[in-house]
Amino acid sequence: MTPPPPLPEDTAADAGEDAAGNVPGNAPGNAAESAFEAIGLTRSYRLDGVSVDALRGVSLRIGRGEFVAIVGPSGSGKSTLMHLLGCLDRPTNGVLRVGGVDVSTLDDIRLAELRNQTIGFVFQSFHLLARTPALDNVALPLVYRGVARAERRARARAALEAVGLGHRLDHRPSQMSGGEQQRVAIARALVGDPQVVLADEPTGNLDTRNGADVMALLERLNADNGVAVVLVTHEPEVAGRARRQIHVRDGRIELDTGVVAGGGRAGGSGEDG
Amino acid sequence: MRTAEALRMAVEALRVNRLRSGLTMFGVIIGVLSVVILVAIGTGAKDAVEREIAGLGSNIILVVPGQVTLGAAPTQSRLDLSDVAYVRRVVGDPSRVTVAVNSGEPVRVGRNEVFATLTGTDENVPGVFDRPLRRGRYLSETDVDTRRRVAVLGSEVAAKLFGDVDPIGRQVTVAGVRFRVVGLYETVGATFGVARDQEVHIPVTTAQRLIGMNRINAVAVSASGPDEIEPLRRRVLAALAERYPGERFSAVTQTQLLGTVGTVLGMLTGVLAAIAAISLLVGGVGVSNIMLVGVRERTKEIGLRKALGARGRDVLVQFLIEAVLLTTIGGLAGIVLGVGGALLIQAVSPVPAAITWWSIVLAFGVSAGVGVFFGVAPARRAARLDPVVALRTE
Ligand SMILES: Nc1ncnc2c1ncn2[C@@H]1O[C@H](COP(=O)(O)OP(=O)(O)O)[C@@H](O)[C@H]1O
Ligand SMILES: [Mg+2]
Repeated sequence: MTPPPPLPEDTAADAGEDAAGNVPGNAPGNAAESAFEAIGLTRSYRLDGVSVDALRGVSLRIGRGEFVAIVGPSGSGKSTLMHLLGCLDRPTNGVLRVGGVDVSTLDDIRLAELRNQTIGFVFQSFHLLARTPALDNVALPLVYRGVARAERRARARAALEAVGLGHRLDHRPSQMSGGEQQRVAIARALVGDPQVVLADEPTGNLDTRNGADVMALLERLNADNGVAVVLVTHEPEVAGRARRQIHVRDGRIELDTGVVAGGGRAGGSGEDG
Repeated sequence: MRTAEALRMAVEALRVNRLRSGLTMFGVIIGVLSVVILVAIGTGAKDAVEREIAGLGSNIILVVPGQVTLGAAPTQSRLDLSDVAYVRRVVGDPSRVTVAVNSGEPVRVGRNEVFATLTGTDENVPGVFDRPLRRGRYLSETDVDTRRRVAVLGSEVAAKLFGDVDPIGRQVTVAGVRFRVVGLYETVGATFGVARDQEVHIPVTTAQRLIGMNRINAVAVSASGPDEIEPLRRRVLAALAERYPGERFSAVTQTQLLGTVGTVLGMLTGVLAAIAAISLLVGGVGVSNIMLVGVRERTKEIGLRKALGARGRDVLVQFLIEAVLLTTIGGLAGIVLGVGGALLIQAVSPVPAAITWWSIVLAFGVSAGVGVFFGVAPARRAARLDPVVALRTE
């Protein structure tokens, strides 16, 4: 495989707060500089009258341009946390600020806008539209941003070239390998110049080599574009590539290497017992 | 999201599921097709009957004793020839008034026998009815005055009795009495099941003698113009009421007949359209059903779109447009097929069919409406899907 061309320059100048130059890996110093700030997040599901507590009080702060791995056993609440951070879901209790904005003050429409503007998603099972060409799959977030077709296609093409798929623009996901599909998904996550990419087990369905390619892409995205990456995984070697690991168990944060290193950088630690 | 974008997405979704989209449209196509064809047939029937009535002759008023009600037995007539003379004086122009005495009688030539409508009438038939001659002459005043045994034949009677032979001057036997044929009418067709080509006209005086009665069945009056119909009708009725106090007479005009028949056939057309509309409704239910299946099937897609920034409204619009597109494309296909079908029916069968603009516009409007109506429930379900639940669905 030929090495992919460099990622496009981050052109996000539409949101003023974005202009603050982030040095990848350097933790920002104040709350307004955080990509995420969570205080005492809980999420309970009600199933036939029985309450399931998926998250039992999670507090954390993730700065702009950080690269974080969330690890933990199956059922520990990793996906639930990702969905909350991605504004796909609302916490039962607690405060969540995304880019400094308390999401509880946003209605569903503003929340959809927030997702569209600032967050890119990568899923374990890719979640591409199977019968839609790669280019249109990648351009989809821009459709909901009201970007004109010609510009959408140009930006989607650039994003696909950035993940090394410039030769696969018109291929449908069904005609692609798993590794290629996940790279299409990454192109879709970065086409809108997000501040954060949330990746839930992005290598879970891939073999080692393709998994490594995907990780390399995410790392480059983080290093070159200053996009914060929050990655869920249960593979230690994948987690080891992140500068910071957050260990989750039974809906609580068991260990946060960022907190230990920074000496109380987060608003409150989820550690207990 | 722009509407053009939503439209593009909807077209794409329908294209991807071509077979299913086609089958779903099928219900709508059948519904619209039946609306267009049935309304065309109903309208065609109405047009045909109205043409027939107009073909009777223009501006005719038919005066009969008693009250005309559908299905009632005819009232015993108390009108006779002196009343016809009286009506003539009231009308002023004798040539605008003629008379009818009717009886079904066998008519025979040699061994050929047909059952015909024997009508006793007078020399004023051409002044009142639109009844052109093919050969010979009409009945004359002298025929009536001298009670001659002469006859003018309807074209079908003549064809059955004489075939291709010219009947003028030949003999026919009516109810055992011999008549000489003096005239032959042009073919005029049937009106209300009255086969006018099966009539045999003889002088009214001769008919009264033959049948054995001195009453008459009806007086027919022709107004000089459409505006004169109603005043003349009132004048004749008033004059008869004055002559026979306490008796009832009816004067039916062509306009009234047209109105009544038009109403009845209009109702018929409405009923046909309603039946067809039900099939359109069933088509709509099919659309709703398939859309619901589609929403369930595409749960993951909907969740993904929401994750990428689609608002509930975007999803709603997308699915609504899909539904409306399904029904309007189906509607257009149904209209094309319906118009084609109506033209075919018109061409190859005796059933008349007339395509009306309103049925086409209505069918299209209703199919679009069906799309909105039956698309709303599935579209709302899609719009309300929780993205997390949708994304977790495998
Ligand atoms: N929609 C839901 N309804 C009920 N329980 C749920 C739902 N989603 C997740 N859970 C429960 O919440 C817990 C955490 O799930 P999840 O966040 O998916 O864990 P992980 O991603 O770490 O495997 C699990 O016990 C799971 O069964
Ligand atoms: Mg999970």
